[in-house]
Amino acid sequence: MTQAATPVLDVTDLATRFDTQDGMVHAVNGVSFTLNRGEFLGVVGESGSGKSVTMMSLLRLIPIPPGQIVSGKAMFEGQDLLAMELEDLRSVRGGRIGFIFQDPLTSLNPVLTVGHQIMESLDIHTDIPEKERPDRAQQLLELVGIPAAKQRLDNFPHELSGGMRQRVMIAMALACSPRVIIADEPTTALDVTIQAQIIEIVKELRQRLGTAVIWITHDLGVVAGLADRVIVMYGGQIVEEATVSDLYSDPKHPYTRGLLGSVPRLDQKGLKLVNIKGQPPSLWERPASCSFAPRCPYAFDRCRAENPPLMDVGPGHKAACWWDVDNGRPR
Amino acid sequence: MSTETLSGGAAAPPRAREVMVDVKGLKKHFPIMKGVFRRQVGAVKAVDGVSFEIYRGETLGLVGESGSGKSTTGRVILQLDQVTEGTILFEGHDLTQLHGEDLRSLRPRMQMVFQDPHASLNPRMTVGSIIGEPLSEHRQGSSDERQQRIGELLSLVGLEPKHANRYPHEFSGGQRQRIGIARAIALNPDFIVCDEPIAALDVSIQAQVVNLLENLQDVLGLTYLFISHDLSMIRHIADRVAVMYLGKIMELADVDVLYNDPKHPYTKALLSAVPVPDPEVESARKRVILEGDIPSPANPPPGCVFNTRCPIAQERCSLEVPVFRELTPGRWVACHFAE
Repeated sequence: MTQAATPVLDVTDLATRFDTQDGMVHAVNGVSFTLNRGEFLGVVGESGSGKSVTMMSLLRLIPIPPGQIVSGKAMFEGQDLLAMELEDLRSVRGGRIGFIFQDPLTSLNPVLTVGHQIMESLDIHTDIPEKERPDRAQQLLELVGIPAAKQRLDNFPHELSGGMRQRVMIAMALACSPRVIIADEPTTALDVTIQAQIIEIVKELRQRLGTAVIWITHDLGVVAGLADRVIVMYGGQIVEEATVSDLYSDPKHPYTRGLLGSVPRLDQKGLKLVNIKGQPPSLWERPASCSFAPRCPYAFDRCRAENPPLMDVGPGHKAACWWDVDNGRPR
Repeated sequence: MSTETLSGGAAAPPRAREVMVDVKGLKKHFPIMKGVFRRQVGAVKAVDGVSFEIYRGETLGLVGESGSGKSTTGRVILQLDQVTEGTILFEGHDLTQLHGEDLRSLRPRMQMVFQDPHASLNPRMTVGSIIGEPLSEHRQGSSDERQQRIGELLSLVGLEPKHANRYPHEFSGGQRQRIGIARAIALNPDFIVCDEPIAALDVSIQAQVVNLLENLQDVLGLTYLFISHDLSMIRHIADRVAVMYLGKIMELADVDVLYNDPKHPYTKALLSAVPVPDPEVESARKRVILEGDIPSPANPPPGCVFNTRCPIAQERCSLEVPVFRELTPGRWVACHFAE
């Protein structure tokens, strides 16, 4: 979406740690990005890459302690989410910023009906009068394609299937017409035919409502058809950022390349999967050098000595890598 | 054993097409009990009449969504669960009729790799004793020979022999899956059921484990039943594919045939639902979106089990169970309208 790129969310130098019994976990290490109005941003990474903690930190949804947000700014509509009073932040959460979690069963209240939960959110975040709330709740369920929406309002979460629950979550996130929706692996727990249903709904809703979306996933396939831009995370840092077409057709970071090479494709019978050697990094120390260097086929001295910042490598394309993969020489 | 020697999942189908495992009319129903007297009030028809063959040296992929019965099929074939009905011939022996020592003597030839490497390895045993357990259980070799074999197995799966003294928690998910694989191949099996062996692993680690499995297949001449919900990975690793839905096989064919020209409406929908990591391909794709959810296997719809969600269903489909028929040689489908 090329809407004069006005940022709705601007995050700079976010760092989050967890002080555990076994030591300090450096989960997020200096993450900066912007989300533009109406934009669909895909955030891709493996487990432990910091993709979820980054987004949870923005709304201070991480447990504090042991978690602590060490540094950073997150400007949303002129206010810093990280410096705001907790009371004010509450009105942002679930209001102007909606959240969709991976597992709807744990994020919905099991003893309240679906309708009750949606109306509660309308009560807290909007000024829709009480009488009109049931109608609005029903409209929302219809919006996300739930059949017999009126009857469903009286259902408890356990009476719905996984796909239906996730639709309810989306309806709840949409309840207060948010500016931004953060969706954390919303389709990971679902079967592939149900995932396709959800993706279809999200695509359609986005065109109708123009809400900006951050979609966190480990599945490179899911965001390929959805996102405008994609961020790739590794070891608590952003290693690459590009438009969706640039990222998939011309990845600049060896990790992104490795990731794309290691997933088989439905539409191609590849000969061999290129695997990334070794293990994901431990997060016990703040990375002093490139955290991908031990697994990287291009690593040279500088990579093991100095942590590369996110550098411009093309128009709207950034990568945190000392090696210029296109020209086969250091940057 | 270098990874370069690998020919990958694209290996030509076995020449002689010798049937190793022959499954006929397999059913597995789990009873539903109710009340004080635990009366049976129904049954979950996890597997409800499936027939297929597995050829020596091939990888048969078994795909399906959750509740399709793919894992139960794998477990029943290895007799980890009793069959309700049907026969399973393993090189001519009907496993469903074998008991005690007769079955036990065949056990070393067929093994399983489990999904969750955290749950399937005993946390109180060292890696060496986990891998060595099948060896001592089936009385193979002296103690020294076993130690040597454990070292060999560890290097075969890409770990170091010195790791034998460590415990499972000291390893990452991918490494644990390697330990599970080492244990499975310890007795030189011919046939391995891989039940979602990569589902719990990160993307970059999945490729490592799949490459290892392919490599071992080449080196040791293994036959795999590879169970997965990941259609892209199945395309990569399998020679032939069976698609399951609610306890039945909907379609079975050579992998390229099935992916390039699916005949069953469920296969078509399933394949079209899988996202491809390529924005250009994605923007051009037409999706078949299935309505509704998978029905419960305790109460499957009458007629064709897929008829409640099928875009081309007609009256006949809810009345008559479609025959699983051979459309062209080697290509099977269970749909009234497939041609």
